[in-house]
Amino acid sequence: MRKKEVLPGFGLSLGYTIFYLSLIVLLPLSAAFFKAGELTWPRFLAAVTSPRVLASFRLSFGAALGAALLNAVFGLLVAWVLVRYRFFGKRLVDALVDLPFALPTSVAGIALTAVYARNGWIGRLLEPHGIKVAFTPLGVMVALTFIGLPFVVRTVQPILEDLDADFERAAATLGASRWQTFVRVIFPEIAPALLTGFALAFARGLGEYGSVVFISGNMPMRTEIIPLLIITKLEQYDYRGATAIAVAMLAASLALLLLINTLQRWTAARSAA
Amino acid sequence: MENEPMSIEVARVSKKFGAFPALDDVSLKLETGELVALLGPSGSGKTTLLRLIGGLEQQESGRIFFDGADAANISIRERQAGFVFQHYALFRHMSVLKNVAFGLSVRPRAKRPPRAEIERRARELLKLVQLEGVERRLPAQLSGGQRQRVALARALAIEPRVLLLDEPFGALDAKVRKELRRWLRKLHDTLRITTVFVTHDQEEALEIADRVVVMNQGRIEQIGAPREVYDHPASAFVCRFIGNVNEVGAAFIRPHDVEITSRRNGAPSLDAVVEFVNTAGAVAKMDLRLEGSGELLEAELPRSREAELALKPGDRAFVKFRDVRTFPS
Repeated sequence: MRKKEVLPGFGLSLGYTIFYLSLIVLLPLSAAFFKAGELTWPRFLAAVTSPRVLASFRLSFGAALGAALLNAVFGLLVAWVLVRYRFFGKRLVDALVDLPFALPTSVAGIALTAVYARNGWIGRLLEPHGIKVAFTPLGVMVALTFIGLPFVVRTVQPILEDLDADFERAAATLGASRWQTFVRVIFPEIAPALLTGFALAFARGLGEYGSVVFISGNMPMRTEIIPLLIITKLEQYDYRGATAIAVAMLAASLALLLLINTLQRWTAARSAA
Repeated sequence: MENEPMSIEVARVSKKFGAFPALDDVSLKLETGELVALLGPSGSGKTTLLRLIGGLEQQESGRIFFDGADAANISIRERQAGFVFQHYALFRHMSVLKNVAFGLSVRPRAKRPPRAEIERRARELLKLVQLEGVERRLPAQLSGGQRQRVALARALAIEPRVLLLDEPFGALDAKVRKELRRWLRKLHDTLRITTVFVTHDQEEALEIADRVVVMNQGRIEQIGAPREVYDHPASAFVCRFIGNVNEVGAAFIRPHDVEITSRRNGAPSLDAVVEFVNTAGAVAKMDLRLEGSGELLEAELPRSREAELALKPGDRAFVKFRDVRTFPS
């Protein structure tokens, strides 16, 4: 069923969209699938379920998830402060949020390692408490948190800006506490945007390489992320092994993102105005 | 008796937004069970006054009393002031029923009625505002008039001791407006909750309020019953703002106080020329240009009288005034 649209050319624009996505996204990805297809099924399974690969899967998905959750909480807080309060230096803080986007990720990795290493500014303070960040899975999460922050802030910020303060006032006149107002009135309004930001931060965390390799220490079985493992395999001319891992990771990422998108659509439909 | 309607006293209250004085030394007493209109043009301070009473803003000086108790010590949550916002501020992700039940469901556990009781009361309120059958819908699926009534039911759920309505009919089209304001008056007669509503529409204020508070530039110009305000305006502003008025020199004349004859009949009168006649309506309207001063005069006369005179644009006529008002400037 096609309706008359304001802009003509549905066929043309859809065709272009599919061509563009094919060229930019699907073609390179399918190359990975074909390369992996050179492996027999048992050998493919063996390649992606070796203990070292499984450990890196756990680390990559776990750290990306943890970082995205952390960003969802604190990114929301940053967005809230930037929208609701006026203070000296607000523009600077607002600009700082975008810095993880602009910075070469390797620079971020080196800086984070310097700060969190045993003799770094923060590492020195944590060391006596038995907390090690650099060269541990925690360090991976710290790097991914740094990288993912702008996604949550920038998706939630415009929604908060558009949120009429009368909603909160109405809740207050009806006797709601601040906490009740946040949980029952404000949060449902921003939940779809927050989920989008979370998904973006999570996806970015899965694919991140540059900032992590410095702070993680890249120890097999402990602090080796999937992208690094793939590079390692490539360097050993194990192209099939590398693409097998890549394909498994692609499938897992796609499934997770589809799930989050579905969840996001569901919450958006519930709060549709 | 916690939930009895209350009287409100506003004593010498002032409020500024930056350098702009939104309210300037305003005093006002609202009696228990009254329906009062705050009437004025935009920027007159009427909404600010309403928000101060509701606790949504804080005054710079002066005090507000609820049944004699200083409202400064009563938080917005404890005020039991039902507030209906101009654009209703209905919670978009909640069903109509959940919206109405909100005030009851956020009560502290000790004072919260059981779930079934909350739902029963919410349904009862929806019945009161004549909105049965839409309980499960979202606010976006309702018409403007329905949303307005949901907002009212939601405010009533907290058993308010005062009801505050900000331009309650402002966002509705003319026909719905008229129906809803009569309905609100009837509802008020049943509930007898002290009610204050803000409006810029004098017709609305005069039609349903017990008393009208006319405001201008952060001050109260006049407080009185609708008829009193209309018949005996206390200032030139009130006279201009409420009803139509002709200004001839320093004199104010209502259009229906203009008497027209087609012949000079001995009584002192002014010469005028008919410019425009409109007979489509309950009364005939006529525009006349006064000779000499050149001022334009609007007149309203019964259609039977207009037919008798049979004046056309360009005809000569003679006018005199039944009632003339002047105000010290």
